[in-house]
Amino acid sequence: MNDGIIDLTLWQLAAAYGFVLILLAIVKVRRIPRQREILISTIRMTLQLLLVGYILMYVFENPNPFITTAIVLVMVTFAIYNIFKRVRGELSKRLKWMVAYSMLGGTIFSLLYFNFIVIQFSPWYDPRYFIPIAGMIIGNSMTGVTLGVQTLLDGMKDQRHRVEAALMLGATPKEATRKIVNQSFDSAILPTINAMVGTGIVFLPGMMTGQILAGVDPVIAIEYQIAILLGVSGAVALTVIMFVQNAYKVFFNEASQLKNADDEIGGDSK
Amino acid sequence: MFTFEQVLVNGIIKIDDAQIEAGKITCITGPSGSGKSTLLKVMNRLRTPDHGRIYYKNQPMEEIDPIQLRREVVMLAQDPVLFGDTVRENAEAGRAFAELEEADEGEIKRQLEAFSLRHSLEQEANRLSGGEKQRLALARMMLMKPEVYLLDEPTSALDEKLEFDIMGQVVSQVQRQEGTMVFITHNQQVAETFADTIFDVTPFTLQGSDINE
Repeated sequence: MNDGIIDLTLWQLAAAYGFVLILLAIVKVRRIPRQREILISTIRMTLQLLLVGYILMYVFENPNPFITTAIVLVMVTFAIYNIFKRVRGELSKRLKWMVAYSMLGGTIFSLLYFNFIVIQFSPWYDPRYFIPIAGMIIGNSMTGVTLGVQTLLDGMKDQRHRVEAALMLGATPKEATRKIVNQSFDSAILPTINAMVGTGIVFLPGMMTGQILAGVDPVIAIEYQIAILLGVSGAVALTVIMFVQNAYKVFFNEASQLKNADDEIGGDSK
Repeated sequence: MFTFEQVLVNGIIKIDDAQIEAGKITCITGPSGSGKSTLLKVMNRLRTPDHGRIYYKNQPMEEIDPIQLRREVVMLAQDPVLFGDTVRENAEAGRAFAELEEADEGEIKRQLEAFSLRHSLEQEANRLSGGEKQRLALARMMLMKPEVYLLDEPTSALDEKLEFDIMGQVVSQVQRQEGTMVFITHNQQVAETFADTIFDVTPFTLQGSDINE
């Protein structure tokens, strides 16, 4: 953070808020009722980042395995709640547990693999490495699992008829839902695959941009970026497969019947 | 083959005592919304009766593994469903679901031809017409050669001539295999032509009950 980095002065930072004024002016002229949200989100962003900045400063200066672990657990917990909130439609209690356990299991396994085998920093709890890496792995897994849950729920609703027709022919619930399960895995990992395809050409990834702005040699930044993209795709794949592999079971009872089947009776009155 | 004992289905149909005989063709008739489909689904254990007991081969149904039962007592859904892209994949899907060995190509072709489907096996199935899809779904089930065939309006999308033709094929195949068949139809003439026994659910329908749709 030294060789010739421009530390933004208060004035420079204040000038950046000019962009928000432009945004406010546009919505005002166009009479889009969003001024309140823009103001609130700008203030929240500022306060949250200031807070995080000070917390990180403290954590970086006082590396401690317990604090690092606690922060990562808070991040995973927040991610899990965020998934519950973002999914449209009711999530049953069992489904929520499955989300929680696949997020915990998948992200922590990926994180350990990434830190101990790929990057190998020491001490192992060095927050300067551990926390940003955890943030990227947990954040992307969260997006993946959200998409996976949504596709699964939608699929089980829209293709209920198809699933039932397969059961009638003697299919196991696993076989009857194979297509939906594969679709939800696919939709969950697609953004990650697209990110790999477009990276470096369509956009420079945030982490790399940050490192370059902070004065890191672009080649080193790229090495890190490659590693993190691979790590993220592995983590997303792992969390999502842990989820979908078990989640389909929630929709069936012990007699391998679709649950809530009575909601759509009267099928012979076409 | 099936024995009903004090069975209440869906809060609509109440059957105190009835039998469906092995090796016979039984037709279920009754007005719309009387729960005929649900009655078939109960025999396939896709639904559980509200109360009462159903025996399959003298064994209480709830004691039989539901997946194994459905592989013996196969049911054809009312609206045809596609499984896979090509005609071949669709025809093979039933045997695949039931974990039976694949049917050979000649057999698949003969079955499709019996139902007047003369498409290439590699033809995309979603380009078939509604009636063709229905016959394809029927062929998929026939290729499974189960002991019991449960058919929910298997020929509803076909014109009268084809309907009789296809039903005749189905019935003769089931009889050749000494199988049991239970089907639903709205066509009284089809019922009278092909069924050994007609099981009218009207007298078993509870009066004043909440009939859906």
